[in-house]
Amino acid sequence: MTVDLVEYPLWAAILVSSFLVIGSLLTLIGAIGIVRLKSFYDRIHAPTLATSWGTGGMAVGSMIFFLVGGGRPLVHELLLAAFVTITTPVTLMMLGRAAIYRDRSSARPGIPPLGRRVELNLSEKPSEGELS
Amino acid sequence: MSRIFPYPVMTLGLFVMWIALAGATPGHTVLALIVSTGSALTLKALGEKSTRVKRVGAIVTLARVVFVDILRSNYDVARLILFGKRLDRKSGFMTVPIRLKNPSSLAVLSIVLTSTPGTAWLDYNAAQGTLIIHVFDLKDESHWLDLISNRYERLLLEIFE
Repeated sequence: MTVDLVEYPLWAAILVSSFLVIGSLLTLIGAIGIVRLKSFYDRIHAPTLATSWGTGGMAVGSMIFFLVGGGRPLVHELLLAAFVTITTPVTLMMLGRAAIYRDRSSARPGIPPLGRRVELNLSEKPSEGELS
Repeated sequence: MSRIFPYPVMTLGLFVMWIALAGATPGHTVLALIVSTGSALTLKALGEKSTRVKRVGAIVTLARVVFVDILRSNYDVARLILFGKRLDRKSGFMTVPIRLKNPSSLAVLSIVLTSTPGTAWLDYNAAQGTLIIHVFDLKDESHWLDLISNRYERLLLEIFE
């Protein structure tokens, strides 16, 4: 698919570039966040900028570009944005849960316990009937 | 029929997605058929129960709400990353009571919370119905409680439970 860039309308070019700039700017800020934030749990939030509207902005830019340029269906960008947004949290959740598991097992201060009722059950000695 | 196509909606969705991405050539149609039915059969072998969606309309509402919220929190978190020191940001853990029990609605909630910049799902206690999340900007705990219980949870209860 080729789009004639010489004949491309100016208003659309401006629109496409502003969406691209917004998308890449958010991705850049997310990357800055990963470098600058101090705690692991804070850093978990930074990449979601890139995977939500960072990707979203670029996808919208691409959709407008090809919509005005002619021809191609816009399903690709929609699917791409949806899947990036839906699948990254799974990784982030896994990392976050691994971190909280590690911090709990090393008894790091400031980490919330799993829950009061569960703690009670764990501290209670099981009766002999339950053991056998 | 249900032995070959245990999850018809998911199978159809995968098939359509494959065709949309790869193009409707004969080769890709065959491949799409194999991949979609194959993954549905794998899911069946894993013993996954399919879920019933009670209100399709609420899915649209939820998607719209999440769309707007993600847009807003993108702006908030980007601002906090750049000027966090000046704005006196305080992040932290928070425990939220959760009424949801259905695995599908919990899965959707976890994806929504984690994909939204500013909140991350960390731990869920099924026996107690409590959820531990990490919040990037924990100035107002009640704001996040209200967001989860009254915006997301209410809609998810309508959709799945």
